[in-house]
Amino acid sequence: MLYREAGDFKTSYRDDSQTFPIKFDRIAYYVLIAVALIVVPFVINDYWANAVLLPFLIYAIAALGLNVLTGYAGQVSLGTGGFMAVGAYASYKLMTSFPDVNIFFHIILSGGITALVGMLFGLPSLRIKGFYLAVATLAAQFFLVWLFNRVPWFYNYSASGQISVPERAVFGIKVTGPQTEAWATYLFCLVFVFLSAWIVRNLTRGSTGRKWMAIRDMDIAAEIIGVNPLTAKLSAFAVSSFFVGVAGALFFSVYLGAVEVGEAFGIQKSFLVLFMIIIGGLGSIFGSFAGAAFMVLMPVLLKNTLVGGLGWATDLAAHLEFMIVGGLILFFLIVEPHGLAALWKVMKEKLRLWPFPH
Amino acid sequence: MKMKLATVALGAAVAASPALADLTFTALSYRTGPYAANGIPFADGYADYFTLLNERDGGIGGEMIELIECETGYNTEKGVECYESTKGSGALVYQPLSTGITYQLIPKATADEIPVHSMGYGRTSAKNGEVFNYIFNYPANYWDGASVAIKYLLNENGGSLEGKKIALVYHNSAYGKEPIRTLEELSAKHGYELITLPVDHPGQEQKSQWLQIRRDKPDYTLMWGWGVMNQVAIQEAVNIRYPMENFIGIWWSGSENDVLPAGEGANGYKALTFHNVGSDYPVFDDIQQYVVDAGKAAGAGDQIGTALYNRGLYAAMLAAEAAKTAQEMHGTSTLTPQQMRDGMENLEITEAKMTDLGLPGFGPEFSVSCQNHGGDGYAAVAQWDAAAGEWSLITDYMQADLDVLSPLIEEDSAAFAAEAGIEPGCAM
Repeated sequence: MLYREAGDFKTSYRDDSQTFPIKFDRIAYYVLIAVALIVVPFVINDYWANAVLLPFLIYAIAALGLNVLTGYAGQVSLGTGGFMAVGAYASYKLMTSFPDVNIFFHIILSGGITALVGMLFGLPSLRIKGFYLAVATLAAQFFLVWLFNRVPWFYNYSASGQISVPERAVFGIKVTGPQTEAWATYLFCLVFVFLSAWIVRNLTRGSTGRKWMAIRDMDIAAEIIGVNPLTAKLSAFAVSSFFVGVAGALFFSVYLGAVEVGEAFGIQKSFLVLFMIIIGGLGSIFGSFAGAAFMVLMPVLLKNTLVGGLGWATDLAAHLEFMIVGGLILFFLIVEPHGLAALWKVMKEKLRLWPFPH
Repeated sequence: MKMKLATVALGAAVAASPALADLTFTALSYRTGPYAANGIPFADGYADYFTLLNERDGGIGGEMIELIECETGYNTEKGVECYESTKGSGALVYQPLSTGITYQLIPKATADEIPVHSMGYGRTSAKNGEVFNYIFNYPANYWDGASVAIKYLLNENGGSLEGKKIALVYHNSAYGKEPIRTLEELSAKHGYELITLPVDHPGQEQKSQWLQIRRDKPDYTLMWGWGVMNQVAIQEAVNIRYPMENFIGIWWSGSENDVLPAGEGANGYKALTFHNVGSDYPVFDDIQQYVVDAGKAAGAGDQIGTALYNRGLYAAMLAAEAAKTAQEMHGTSTLTPQQMRDGMENLEITEAKMTDLGLPGFGPEFSVSCQNHGGDGYAAVAQWDAAAGEWSLITDYMQADLDVLSPLIEEDSAAFAAEAGIEPGCAM
């Protein structure tokens, strides 16, 4: 009834190819942005920021990044944890070496450094594909973690090998370190999430994204019609690693504040982000957010219901949490192999016809 | 989807916030995950002691104790979630039970003015209470452990380690790297050669490290391991027929779980400890009567008297004593985290006190002060008897070499103070 194209006339190509062609979607999107920007900062508390929203936002950036590589360009990567570590350590080195530069630029620069590293490890993708490429990126994962553990320069020769974030501020408001306000860290991450999603959306619907998708769908055919696999694959690695690096930098500096590479950026992180995009939907912006939300919010929700709400033993709840999340993943993948994004799409199709489906 | 989830999560979180109790303690435990075998006994011991106080004495100073347990799975992100979800409940003190989570909480808890007690782990230089106002690591820390191990070896060798080779097998993480600096300093002082052998998490694969030990034949091997790494290391040592009495683990490498899998072969293995072992203390009769027989034992109730259960019990005892001290100091039975901090800072553990509590000779005597949040650095060596299936102390409590450690602690805490912009001084 409300959700339909009828009556929403487009008079230019520009209007026709906009991200949200349906008016209802557009309004919902603006409302969401307004709520996220204006309402949430006033009601947020430490628990909501540190336990729910920050991990969700940061993982959403990482999932967006990996989605560019795996979902859009079709290159499987198991090196996400390692690339996040590059972002984290780059931001640490930058923040401690150039304390006067605004942290905002440090985060962007960390993304840039990660993009370079990602391109380096993306070189094998020109020769190998599929599972073999996954193994090559796996090597990146282990190599990078080993490197940050092995070379003391990266952690400024601290006795324990931990890196701890110094206090930094944007416009005089602290965004890293222990004295931060919940709303400040939230807004700082939200800005990055918004920019990331906006850039990825516009890249993927432009010629760059079309090249990536051509390579994903059939690389030989793409090459024949004039897509240069070298630039397409390497640009996918660069863009993907950039966002993963930004996510890693935020993960370390804003969210955790102190990390140890093996524990925070191990192989399980690579799998976690990969699961996010598989559950959320490969090649979908919404999917990256839905997947991150599912993997971050579900365990917290279950824990709060089982332990807090029902008063069960913590170990029982933790075990049940594994089973329920695992079961839900299987369930979603069976009923909708293309992820939550496809589920959302089907729902929208149905909504267009509602309430008269015939 | 995500809005809906968020709404439900909000509802759950609001419903989950517990009623404000009089004395709230938290246990960031891990009964699941790769280190569960070690996390469970500690969590049980910690919980059982508080249950005992509630059942037998009606809490501490007339106030009942509420213990909130939160499962971390030894995972830093879950640890942050646990901290955030419990800090609003008036939690008096945190026991993070993981070096990674401790490093997380040091700045956060200091900003929130809630004390953290990292007993025998965490950041060693937190001993300097003038820099780390809210962090405590009494009665002993890793550098004390390293120093006591070397002291023990010195005693064994008639006071000289000149020309000896000592290997350190360590968990390749913040935790395992802690003793290296101390061991290097001590090697300069005593003239032994140090070989460091990192083992990556989780430590199931140690063949190459032990081949290296077989080749280099170190006179002694120290180990900083945790979880499955300990069991594997001890098994590997048995496999290469390394003399067990020359193999010494830190206190986290000295539980029954670590030695039992190697069976007879583990006989003679040594580990450091800062509290006594076994269940031959009056307090265990009370635990049997008030906790176990009443069906209130935490977990499966099958860990009582194991090394890590005793450590959990000891941690709970120290927390309860600090709460008592705080109650006396402030003349109030209900406490705030800040008052609890004062209690911890003025904590004094004497033999008479421990005997009163039914734990005679259970740990070293020590006292805490503003300058010294780490106690006096006493630890002892325990040895495993495989036939009897029990640990026994083979030395008295020995003090660490504070001449070497104090400058190191001074230096590291000064570096932290400069980095974090802290003006050293007492909080009171």
